[in-house]
Amino acid sequence: MTYQFDFGWLIDSLPVLLKGIRITVQLILIGAVFGVALGIACAWVRALGPKWLKPVVATYVELIRNTPFLIQLFFIFFGLPSLGIRMSELSAANLAMIVNLGAYSCEIIRAGIQATPRGQFEAGASLAMTPFQTFWHVVLVPALQRIWPALSSQIVIVMLGSAVVSQIAAEDLTFAANFIQSRNFRAFETYIVSTLIYLALAILLRQMLAGLGWMLFLRKASR
Amino acid sequence: MSLIAITEVKKRFGDNEVLKGISVDIAPGEVVAIIGKSGSGKSTLLRCINGLETIDEGSIVVAGAQFLPDEVHLKALRLKVGMIFQQFNLFPHLTAGGNVMLSQMVVKKTPKKDAEAVARKMLDRVGLAHKFDALPDELSGGQQQRVAIARALAMQPIALLCDEITSALDPELVAEVLAVVKELAAEGMTLVMVTHEMRFARDVCSRVVFMHQGRVHEIGAPEDVFANPRTPELRQFLGVQ
Repeated sequence: MTYQFDFGWLIDSLPVLLKGIRITVQLILIGAVFGVALGIACAWVRALGPKWLKPVVATYVELIRNTPFLIQLFFIFFGLPSLGIRMSELSAANLAMIVNLGAYSCEIIRAGIQATPRGQFEAGASLAMTPFQTFWHVVLVPALQRIWPALSSQIVIVMLGSAVVSQIAAEDLTFAANFIQSRNFRAFETYIVSTLIYLALAILLRQMLAGLGWMLFLRKASR
Repeated sequence: MSLIAITEVKKRFGDNEVLKGISVDIAPGEVVAIIGKSGSGKSTLLRCINGLETIDEGSIVVAGAQFLPDEVHLKALRLKVGMIFQQFNLFPHLTAGGNVMLSQMVVKKTPKKDAEAVARKMLDRVGLAHKFDALPDELSGGQQQRVAIARALAMQPIALLCDEITSALDPELVAEVLAVVKELAAEGMTLVMVTHEMRFARDVCSRVVFMHQGRVHEIGAPEDVFANPRTPELRQFLGVQ
């Protein structure tokens, strides 16, 4: 072991690193918000929605859940332009993450909806609410509460999985790390730093999701 | 003119015919108890009146609102009849007040302030004004059921359906719920209740319907039905010889 550790490059590379962090955070925020929204919509269709829509959503969900994220990303960024649909690296990365999280969260949220006691639907109906009103006002929040830990994990998984968007040159944290490493040839130091940043981001994200869950579901104390 | 007209209603679950042609007319202000063994179809009948079950034959009309299985007719029907369940079915994520306000705001588009005023009034009516901000799991079973009653009343129904509303309660909590129901009856609310509280049925109800194997087996004033059961089935059900 004669390797000399050197973190001197950090100062010069800080702007690149910070930009990478910003892009990764941006990707996960947009991906989580729209991905979960898409997941809720799809879960509604699969659990309670119109019959004709169910196969459409089922196909989407199975297609995404049974193919690699990297391929989905390549398809969106390199494949779709053949149909005239072109977008920036960042838009493609955002879209891929939304579509991916949408499919996984659909199944998680659907489980939460299907665990709803029948009496809740009947209570809603007996108060003259439409099935959709009952879903939206009565079923959804307790369903999300039931599956919140699983959904939080999935969001963190997608956040960590976002590293692959560097493959289409979206300038996220991994892209920044690769870029820095190709300049300083300090692979160990560069990747240990980026690892620690991902770790910190993941822990922070979990804390935020736990806090959000507390706000949404357990306001008892502060009501 | 009857408020609730049930005519020749038949209902099947697969091959099992649970209602075999039920006809009952209920006048405004009547308090009707439906009694019978489990499996006699009494809960199913009650659920049909609120459109929670479809019917295969016959008709149900509540104050001019005909039960047809589409959203428009169901809504019209359900605005006229409220329902209270054995398991309370309060919305767990909303406070007692929120439970009573929700359907007013969602269905009737009542402004929040007005809905809250109604909710406070209705909770007061069931003796729970002080529990406006309590979540359901902070309430006893009896209190939860009273909130459920307030929730149904807030929609200003012309009739209330009660599906074994005291069966899930500890014995000492039954009285507080029945007291509320008794008060409603005294105020002239039309009530149809499936119940096992024979004493309550005898004291409060204007008519008793005894169901047996999907049919109305006996019907009449409580003093007749309880004192002079005419059929062996009712005698057996009541435990008299």
